[in-house]
Amino acid sequence: MSLREALRVAMQALRANRLRSALTTLGVLIGVMSVVLLVAIGQGARSEITGAIEGLGSNLLFVLPGDGEFGAGPTRSSFEVDDIERVDRSLPGGNGRAAGYVIGAEAVQAEGNRFNATVFGISEHYLGVVDRTIARGQALTAADVATGRRVAVLGATTAETLFPGQDPIGRTVSLGAIRYRVVGVLDRVGTTTFGPDVDRQVLIPISAAQRLFGSTRVDAIFVRATSTVGIEADRAATEAALAERLDESEFSVVSQDEIIGVVGDILQILTWVLAAIAGISLLVGGVGVSNIMLVSVSERTREIGLRKALGARTRDITRQFLFEAVALTGLGGAVGLALGIVLAEVVATFAPVPAEITWWSIALALGVSVLVGLVFGVLPARRAGQLDPVAALRHE
Amino acid sequence: MSAPDLQRGQPPVLLQAEQVTRIYQLGRDVQVPALRGVSFEVDRGEHVAIVGSSGSGKSTLLNLLGALDRPTSGHVRYHGRDVREMSDTELARLRNASIGFVFQSFQLLPRLTAVDNVILPLVYRPGSPRQRRELALEALAQVGLADRVDHRPGELSGGQQQRVAIARALVTEPSLVLADEPTGNLDSRTGEEVMALLETLHADQGTALVVITHEREIAQRASRRIELRDGVIVDEVVA
Repeated sequence: MSLREALRVAMQALRANRLRSALTTLGVLIGVMSVVLLVAIGQGARSEITGAIEGLGSNLLFVLPGDGEFGAGPTRSSFEVDDIERVDRSLPGGNGRAAGYVIGAEAVQAEGNRFNATVFGISEHYLGVVDRTIARGQALTAADVATGRRVAVLGATTAETLFPGQDPIGRTVSLGAIRYRVVGVLDRVGTTTFGPDVDRQVLIPISAAQRLFGSTRVDAIFVRATSTVGIEADRAATEAALAERLDESEFSVVSQDEIIGVVGDILQILTWVLAAIAGISLLVGGVGVSNIMLVSVSERTREIGLRKALGARTRDITRQFLFEAVALTGLGGAVGLALGIVLAEVVATFAPVPAEITWWSIALALGVSVLVGLVFGVLPARRAGQLDPVAALRHE
Repeated sequence: MSAPDLQRGQPPVLLQAEQVTRIYQLGRDVQVPALRGVSFEVDRGEHVAIVGSSGSGKSTLLNLLGALDRPTSGHVRYHGRDVREMSDTELARLRNASIGFVFQSFQLLPRLTAVDNVILPLVYRPGSPRQRRELALEALAQVGLADRVDHRPGELSGGQQQRVAIARALVTEPSLVLADEPTGNLDSRTGEEVMALLETLHADQGTALVVITHEREIAQRASRRIELRDGVIVDEVVA
């Protein structure tokens, strides 16, 4: 029997039992749909987060406390303000490319308004290094940082919340008991779903922040390389500069690409885990197909006997039932794929979670649904093929 | 390959049963001998009736002649080839190429139309869907059902259903048609029509016809009558 003939016979049999075929397909349909949807959400999250990291500007080096071993516990930073200057001076081709910060959460108050902002204590080159721009007023100066002046630059959201409809420049905000004069407002970056919302920042000189938090620590140092090529030279210079004062285990220098790689890998694994969980429902759907195919074989024992009497070989019968199983799951896969894509679009439109359909999730969904049909169809199909024609013909 | 060509220049014996036994194993110690040493031959184009009451071994013999089963001992030979030495696939090919079945209960697939039922055996041999359909329509016309090709079995009378089954048996141009109680589910007038049709086609196409029956009148129409009782041949009459 030709493949086309086998397919035709399979479709004929499925049409003869429309409701049952539809219900059997449903299990696979739901499985494929959830795989496609969850993978889309996982992939969307991954692009969103790596995009957020990339948004910090390209060619960045991150100097982080600790030896950079992934999975090590939180590390106390050994950096001091002098280290920022030390790194900056060591960079080849001019300075002003290194910046450090200390971060904390503090309620900000102004004119009776209260706002939970992220407080960044920054060194003077910070805005240039992370590629942020001032919308109004001015940035923090070297003198501000050197003297620990009580001045602040506000993120766009912070400014609008504390001073709705007013110009915040020259006004005063309070962090705890300490008052700061607002000198500038940052351009809005826009919302990202993941990571800190940088529009909710309050930037103050790092020296002032250390006084506010009662510590001398610096959380991290960023270095902006002039080019992709210069990044390795900058890394070497940074490491050498820090090694003068610190032990090798106290700091690590990683590039933006390396961070994106690690974070991307983690989220890729997350995506696979989501896909695997959804895959379980696909497995359950497959068991359903197997079960119904066994019922179908037993119902059609006489048909099988007759076909054998008319010259069907074991292989012909096995193929016929295998095709039926694959047609069931393949159909479920195709419809599930379509529904999954539609749902992913709906999620992307109405939920804050982005969704991204990838070609491999489509190929995987269709491939796996056909595979499920083959795997779960084999047992019933072999049973059908091996029926004894004499007994099958006499079956009531 | 048409039937007269087969007869010309080839040995006349189509089918040979030699000391055939068939013992069914029921449980571990119970053996039921259904056939106990049966020997006979069927020539090309011959009309043979096998008669016997129920339990005589008729059905067992039908399964063996139809290459659906292999004997416990002895030989069933087609065109000189022993069925016991053939693989399942070879048996399937033999059934498809050389044997047409007509069953008491018609054995039509209820969800298929008359023409699709007739196409069934053609599906297992090479050919295009259009050629198959043409052959099937031709066979249905031969049995007088040209105006019923798109009816399903449920929409046909018993006699019409059996005629669809006969068309299905003949569409492959077999060298043997095996009819198992072909009139058993039909009233006597319809049965008579079906038998007349079988005999006409047998005569026209030179196909050997073996009819298994318990009805004397049906058996008497054959040129040779073999009577089975308790698994052995008790009588053989040439008309």
